[in-house]
Amino acid sequence: MSSTATETVRPAAPSAARLEVGREGELLRLRLSGAWVTRTVGAQDAALHALEAGGATRVELDLSAVEALDTAGAWLVDRTLGELRRRGLQVEVTGAAPERQALLDKVERRRAAPPPPKRASSLLGLLEELGRGAADVGATAKELTAFLGQTVLALARTAVRPARLRGISLVYHLEKVGLDALPIVGLLAFLIGVVLAYQGSDQLARFGAEIFTVNLVGVAVLREMGVLITAIIVAGRSGSAFTAQIGTMKVNQEVDAMYTIGLDPVDVLVLPRLLALLIALPLLTFYANVMGLLGGAVMATVVLDIDLLSFVRQLRDAVELMTFWVGMIKAPVFAFVIALIGCYEGLKVSSNAESVGLRTTRAVVEAIFLVIVLDALFSIFYSVIGV
Amino acid sequence: MSPVDGNGAGGGEDLVIRVQGLRTQFGRHVVHDNLDFSVRRGEVMGLVGGSGTGKSVLLRNIVGLMRPAAGTIDILGERIAAPGGGTADMALLRKRWGMLFQDGALFSSLTVAQNIEVPLAEHTDLPPALRREICELKVALVGLPPEAAHKVPSELSGGMRKRAGLARALALDPEILFLDEPTAGLDPIGAHQFDALLRDLQSALLLTVVMVTHDLDSLYAVCDRVSVLVDKRVKVGTIAELEREPDPWIQDYFLGPRGRAAASAKDALRGGTSGAHSGTGDAPQDTMQG
Repeated sequence: MSSTATETVRPAAPSAARLEVGREGELLRLRLSGAWVTRTVGAQDAALHALEAGGATRVELDLSAVEALDTAGAWLVDRTLGELRRRGLQVEVTGAAPERQALLDKVERRRAAPPPPKRASSLLGLLEELGRGAADVGATAKELTAFLGQTVLALARTAVRPARLRGISLVYHLEKVGLDALPIVGLLAFLIGVVLAYQGSDQLARFGAEIFTVNLVGVAVLREMGVLITAIIVAGRSGSAFTAQIGTMKVNQEVDAMYTIGLDPVDVLVLPRLLALLIALPLLTFYANVMGLLGGAVMATVVLDIDLLSFVRQLRDAVELMTFWVGMIKAPVFAFVIALIGCYEGLKVSSNAESVGLRTTRAVVEAIFLVIVLDALFSIFYSVIGV
Repeated sequence: MSPVDGNGAGGGEDLVIRVQGLRTQFGRHVVHDNLDFSVRRGEVMGLVGGSGTGKSVLLRNIVGLMRPAAGTIDILGERIAAPGGGTADMALLRKRWGMLFQDGALFSSLTVAQNIEVPLAEHTDLPPALRREICELKVALVGLPPEAAHKVPSELSGGMRKRAGLARALALDPEILFLDEPTAGLDPIGAHQFDALLRDLQSALLLTVVMVTHDLDSLYAVCDRVSVLVDKRVKVGTIAELEREPDPWIQDYFLGPRGRAAASAKDALRGGTSGAHSGTGDAPQDTMQG
């Protein structure tokens, strides 16, 4: 098959590295043969380490029968020479062609690496990590607050001079975070409605109160589920995208370039994303509410024999307009938090690609965490004011 | 020998790489067309060409990271690419060459020592202690200080990363070394040291080297022959031979101000005894102006 004149000097499977040890009185004769290359020398490592000088005072190391020698083989030879010399023996190398001698000289440059830096004991390390983690949380909170101030300031500047707003960028992000999220948000909200209706009817049927499934679905979707599901999806979809986009620009030094040109990254990168999410998330929430109720209605029709008309009638009795607004008012707050964290983490990316991934993960975790914490705070707030 | 289209290398020569009739294309964009390229055992072959002429693509074809649209590629007598697929055992062949990527391409989560040990641990059954010793040897061979072994790539400078990448490429004592822009991004001193290191290792380890480069100084300092990618094909020869090539790009490349500066720098380094290069009498003035 091979049409070339190429002939491999080193065969694909080199012959084994062989070592013969002979003794003539005070002379220890080591004769190496075969191929002493990376793939073969492992077998002779122990034998060379265990070499016994016996009563010998001189050593002759014969390389003339060595078929191939590479740095690994040369290193073994060199190491053995060194060990024998340290034991006070006189060593002589014979049969080394000039280029092999050159290789032997070369491997003498090796220096043992210092021991790897010690790591603290596991318990101490754990404590240290815990402390560091706690301090990091504090530092992040502080920086995030500073970033919040910066962003609000930029928002105010833009409110005074709307011409500063990047219109095209805003529309682009509106499409990305809003329009493109419709299928997934709709589907998940619909399924949540179905699940709520199914689980609710199962429990309520024990009291013969199936009709209250409608109340359950209506209140749960409008007050909590619609906005929460939407916010979590958006945090995973768009919050992470913000971090990845801005982070990649950071790695490419695009953000630095903006500074040198005199552009404020908060104006250029953060505001359009923030405003897009502030507009899109409430709209998505409304859409999710509709889809959630629809899911509940479909389930009610199929399983509970509640037709669509009675569903709507019951819903109207169960749900006030206030219920709708209670859920809806959370949407812009969540949007603000998600966009803020997504952009903040993106700008925190350092110069390597690895940190993009790290920061993206952090952005999603932090955003979802804060969304749920805020949701809990909202609940407390509502119960205090009695809504 | 006069510069010829790459296929001039024939018959009895000991060729470690032989590419014939290579064609590479991305969609409808043809990068190489009926390209021939060969490298002799023990030589340092430079690969140059304008941006977008497919230097790195050719390299990727040769090491099997890409599949050519047509043509055959033989390495070390094994056919790795042909119409209908190659016959070579790539796993076996990969142990016999090493590649240095542009920025080292070190595994970022591993230390330098662990990076070098990856191929050793994967492809040999060396005892761990010996593996560490060999790893330390490679660190020393590429001119890194011993304590660099425990650093992770992000703690190293660009030049050190390249050296560490070179150490990993040399881990298995390959017969062929592929280098993708080894001196790009290094300061002139670092680049010069890297060139010297390459030459040194090449002669000590009897390596065959193929290097893609933009660095004219590197070409003059290291390469035995140079292949120039023009018009989707390769023109090959020593630099002196290529200077007589009428192609305008090659003329510009070697006889432009930077080419002359690099040539005269090399002549100066060799105490003015110009073997490979002639007619550089007016070059120093060019350097001054450039």
